[in-house]
Amino acid sequence: MTQPPIAAERLVKLYQGRPAVDGISFTLPADSLTGLLGGNGAGKTTTIAMIMGLLTPTSGEVHVLGADMQRERFRALKHMNFVSPYIDLPMRLTVRQNLMVFGRLYCVDDLADRIGVLAQEFDIHDLLDRPTGRLSSGQKTRVSLAKALINQPKVLLLDEPTASLDPDTADWVRARLERYRSESGATILLASHNMNEVERLCERVIIMKKGQIEDDGTPARLLQRYGRLTLEEVFLDVARGSSGIREPVL
Amino acid sequence: MLPAAVRAYVNPSFDRETAMRDSMQTALSDYTDSLRRISAMVGRYSYVMRGSWPRLAELVYWPAVNMLMWGFVQTYIGQKAGYFAQAGGTFIGAMLLWDILFRGQLGFSISFLEETWSRNLANLLISPLRPVELAIAMMIMSLIRLAIGIVPVSIVANVFFGFNVYGMGIALAAFFMNLILTGWAVGILVSGAILRNGLGAESLAWTVMTLFMPLACVFYPVAVLPAWLQIVAWMLPPTYVFEGMRALLIDHQFRADLMIEAFALNLVLFIAGATGFAKLMDAARRNGTLLQTGE
Repeated sequence: MTQPPIAAERLVKLYQGRPAVDGISFTLPADSLTGLLGGNGAGKTTTIAMIMGLLTPTSGEVHVLGADMQRERFRALKHMNFVSPYIDLPMRLTVRQNLMVFGRLYCVDDLADRIGVLAQEFDIHDLLDRPTGRLSSGQKTRVSLAKALINQPKVLLLDEPTASLDPDTADWVRARLERYRSESGATILLASHNMNEVERLCERVIIMKKGQIEDDGTPARLLQRYGRLTLEEVFLDVARGSSGIREPVL
Repeated sequence: MLPAAVRAYVNPSFDRETAMRDSMQTALSDYTDSLRRISAMVGRYSYVMRGSWPRLAELVYWPAVNMLMWGFVQTYIGQKAGYFAQAGGTFIGAMLLWDILFRGQLGFSISFLEETWSRNLANLLISPLRPVELAIAMMIMSLIRLAIGIVPVSIVANVFFGFNVYGMGIALAAFFMNLILTGWAVGILVSGAILRNGLGAESLAWTVMTLFMPLACVFYPVAVLPAWLQIVAWMLPPTYVFEGMRALLIDHQFRADLMIEAFALNLVLFIAGATGFAKLMDAARRNGTLLQTGE
């Protein structure tokens, strides 16, 4: 039986005895786009950091593409990538230099061609020879996405990829993510505060609260379960503990 | 996976030759990929250096200022005291060797700091780049920075003060190797501290090596120190190098014994630095500081 691209099993992360993630388990199949929702401090970024091997779980295991991320993460890392507004690309390097560096780190063949394709895809041709630090937020996001796709990852982790973007650029980014997923069959995990984004992109939503999985299902199923019209209302129900569940969680 | 020889023994139908060829191809491919990643990081730091002339100038500026100052001090003292006149440029030699130690460590640490300053560390840590590959890239950059800084200054030392550091010959290679090993060992440990504690530990990169200056007896013999401090001094590999340099310039004697002892101590220091780095990296993974490398 083939293993799911991402499998988290009884993951726990304690900081000074306090649980940031408290015994969560889930698997994400290939060719899927899953949203990870939750308020500040719900444990989303901690979960993503453990999936990437940046953070050691207090207990439990994460397997990515069959590799145990604590013991053999380098087997998986060449097939993964990550975008977050909390990390940057070197600002003094031009966009092309950054893409060259990361392309070589991921041992991408025909790198110049790959950069050409990404420049076309993300409309960054005119930016290639500009220092990355001199780009606008929207331009930086497009470049970060191009970096994240340089190795055509089988697993893509996105931590609030459209934070601080104007609606037009955010919509443009979402369209590119949808396209990448449909073309590559990648497994994408998207942590976001933007309910519209999650509703539009994700076929499955995992809602976290206080380090635990509060709910898990398709957007339609969650709307039905909480008797709400939008995911934002569902999110507020969960966040405020005023659960309006109209059917038992299965 | 079991080695090909074991698999052949367990399973007689196993094609040992093909398996060994496959293993060798995999090993070769891993090796090639590793070289690509190291060259990617060297390229990344070179782009930064080439793109900023103040950074390039700074590499030469301080070594040049130090060398000129100590060169004139040496000239002045040499005119007043016969012993120093025979000492054949110990101050200038000490200054140049000190710069190899200090700039060697700084060159390593600055490459690492570049990643934290630019908030790029997480990008690297989630890439296939191994810590040892990053360390090798930073060592290469340390050598490049040293070459840019020290080679022009050594030429100036020759032109201004008639001191030819390259005249030390094979001894210079031994001095250089020992000093750069100490610089890298300390640089690795400082990088671990920055990983674990964020940019709050940045000042270590600039200051930790200055502790070596009085203890490693850069400008004076170990005998000057109080007896108890001499014990501490002899625990530091650079002490052997600076004593060796004085033996060469004053007594015209290459002390291979000192270099071997320094090398042995450097091995211990290097292993301690690498172990410390691994432990600090583990601590950073446990404490979640890898995503937050600010203050």
